[in-house]
Amino acid sequence: MARQAGPSRARPLWVASALGVLALCMIAGMLDGAADISPWQVVLQALDWLPFVHVDSGLAPVEQGLLYELRLPRVLVAAVVGGLLAMAGAGYQGVFRNPLADPYLLGAAAGAGLATTVAIVLLPVSAGSIPVAAFLGAVGGVFLAYTLGNTAGRSGGTATLVLAGVAVTSFLTAIQTFVQQFKVEELQRIYAWILGDVGGGWDQFWLVLPYAAVSAALLLLHGRMLDVLSVGDDEATSLGVRAARVRFTVLLAASLATAAAVAVSGLIGFVGIVIPHVVRRLAGGSYRIVLPLSLIGGGAFLVLADLIARTVIAPAELPIGVVTMFVGAPFFVGVLRMTRRAAL
Amino acid sequence: MITVRGVSVRLGERDVVSEVDLDVRGGEWLAVIGPNGAGKSTLLKAVMGLVAHRGEVTLDSKPSARLKPRERARLVAYAPQAPALPPDMTVFDYALLGRTPYIPYLGRESAHDREVTASVLDRLDLAAFAMRRVGELSGGERQRVVLARALAQEATVLLLDEPTTALDLGHQQQVLELVDRLRRADGLTVVTTLHDLTVAGLYADSLLLMAGGRAVASGRPGQVLTEPLVGRHFDAHVKIEPGPDGRPVVHLVRGGP
Repeated sequence: MARQAGPSRARPLWVASALGVLALCMIAGMLDGAADISPWQVVLQALDWLPFVHVDSGLAPVEQGLLYELRLPRVLVAAVVGGLLAMAGAGYQGVFRNPLADPYLLGAAAGAGLATTVAIVLLPVSAGSIPVAAFLGAVGGVFLAYTLGNTAGRSGGTATLVLAGVAVTSFLTAIQTFVQQFKVEELQRIYAWILGDVGGGWDQFWLVLPYAAVSAALLLLHGRMLDVLSVGDDEATSLGVRAARVRFTVLLAASLATAAAVAVSGLIGFVGIVIPHVVRRLAGGSYRIVLPLSLIGGGAFLVLADLIARTVIAPAELPIGVVTMFVGAPFFVGVLRMTRRAAL
Repeated sequence: MITVRGVSVRLGERDVVSEVDLDVRGGEWLAVIGPNGAGKSTLLKAVMGLVAHRGEVTLDSKPSARLKPRERARLVAYAPQAPALPPDMTVFDYALLGRTPYIPYLGRESAHDREVTASVLDRLDLAAFAMRRVGELSGGERQRVVLARALAQEATVLLLDEPTTALDLGHQQQVLELVDRLRRADGLTVVTTLHDLTVAGLYADSLLLMAGGRAVASGRPGQVLTEPLVGRHFDAHVKIEPGPDGRPVVHLVRGGP
């Protein structure tokens, strides 16, 4: 332990390793499919796509088109969505000082689910309206939980907010079920969206990117502030921090990230719990580490989950949300047990 | 250094603190004593501006209500009775939190902030623990880490709510001696709540006895720790004698009250 004492931050070596893992996962994600393309060819082709780089991958134009039009946007969307969900989860955990906080605990997912269902049932068939509706619903759900938690609890404490989130989630889910039963013929479409999908191509990618950039920048900037919040509101206030304002800003950014992820790819659960927790175990508890590494790790995780979803019952495809839940639910129970043991 | 005039705090339907006056001179150690529920911790929070209150608090001859949060934090450091110590945080990171009032909102700590933190850890014999996780520390070490954070704040006033709770005799002494040494070296003003009356009388320059939210007595330890006052407000049967250094020692008497 000759390590020099100093503040925690995401060290370049960790960031580089995480990026390396992400790159490997993305290459693996682009390999699977009917056409026979080697990993090396994928790497060469990926280099060729970079600006000012020209490499001959030896792939036929059809194969190049397949990689570029189908597989590349798919892994990119999976990486961005996974990164957003993991980072939003870390942000919520910081705000609520609860390692089990997750975009899905706080009304975001339920709000998006309800809004999308309403859009599918009420509006004429148009794919464009779904992401917008999901976005509005997600933000609405979180703010409903936030206001309810603030007015119900005397001091807007952590427990009241989480409970408010659970109440909002149940209520919105009930309405959503009620609405969807009106249009039984749309049930399959609603379910397909709810269970998650990252195969929407470049349109999906460009739709999510601006939200991703804004929310990621905001969250990454707040790492140190989340560390301050972790000692509790009274102490944060005594350190000169306006805790409510920090909480509000981070909540806004995390909700924006959740909404963007949900809007393009439906409900993909547990990424927000699994990834930040693994990062904490491996690299350290400071949010200055957890936020950036969750962004990268979440991306890698979802690219892998998507690969599994596509291959495990090929040629049929599993919804990606099923894969993350399969991994995430047992993990959630494990974290719950560990937290309870550590707490008291 | 600290002047409190007519401070009252109402939580829900209950007046937790009523019309309390308080004066602490620079460099003085004041201990707030009183039975459970007397309002000691709430008084400290009111001084720190953490609870809504009526009345006036003046810090370093500036009205506290008009100080910005960061300005107040450079003047007064506060450690609650049961500080939340994030178990995954390193000791260095935790102590560094004390530098928060000096670091811009979205900025990062300067080399000076790191130096101050490192030197405080060194001073409290925590340098060897700097990269350890807070969750791995023992009770006595944790209390020192909390002190380190408060000292890194470089405030002239320390508000410590029950700094010796849950510590054994030796560690209690260690922490209180440390606070005493630091305040003499740096000229700090210290306000603590303390449960143990003898300990309060031993370390503090003056005492404030609270009961039912009111300040019922204040003065030098010998003036406040008297058998009638302690007997009445703690509802206890005690015998108080001068100790070897002339400070009062409080004994419980069996069979009372």
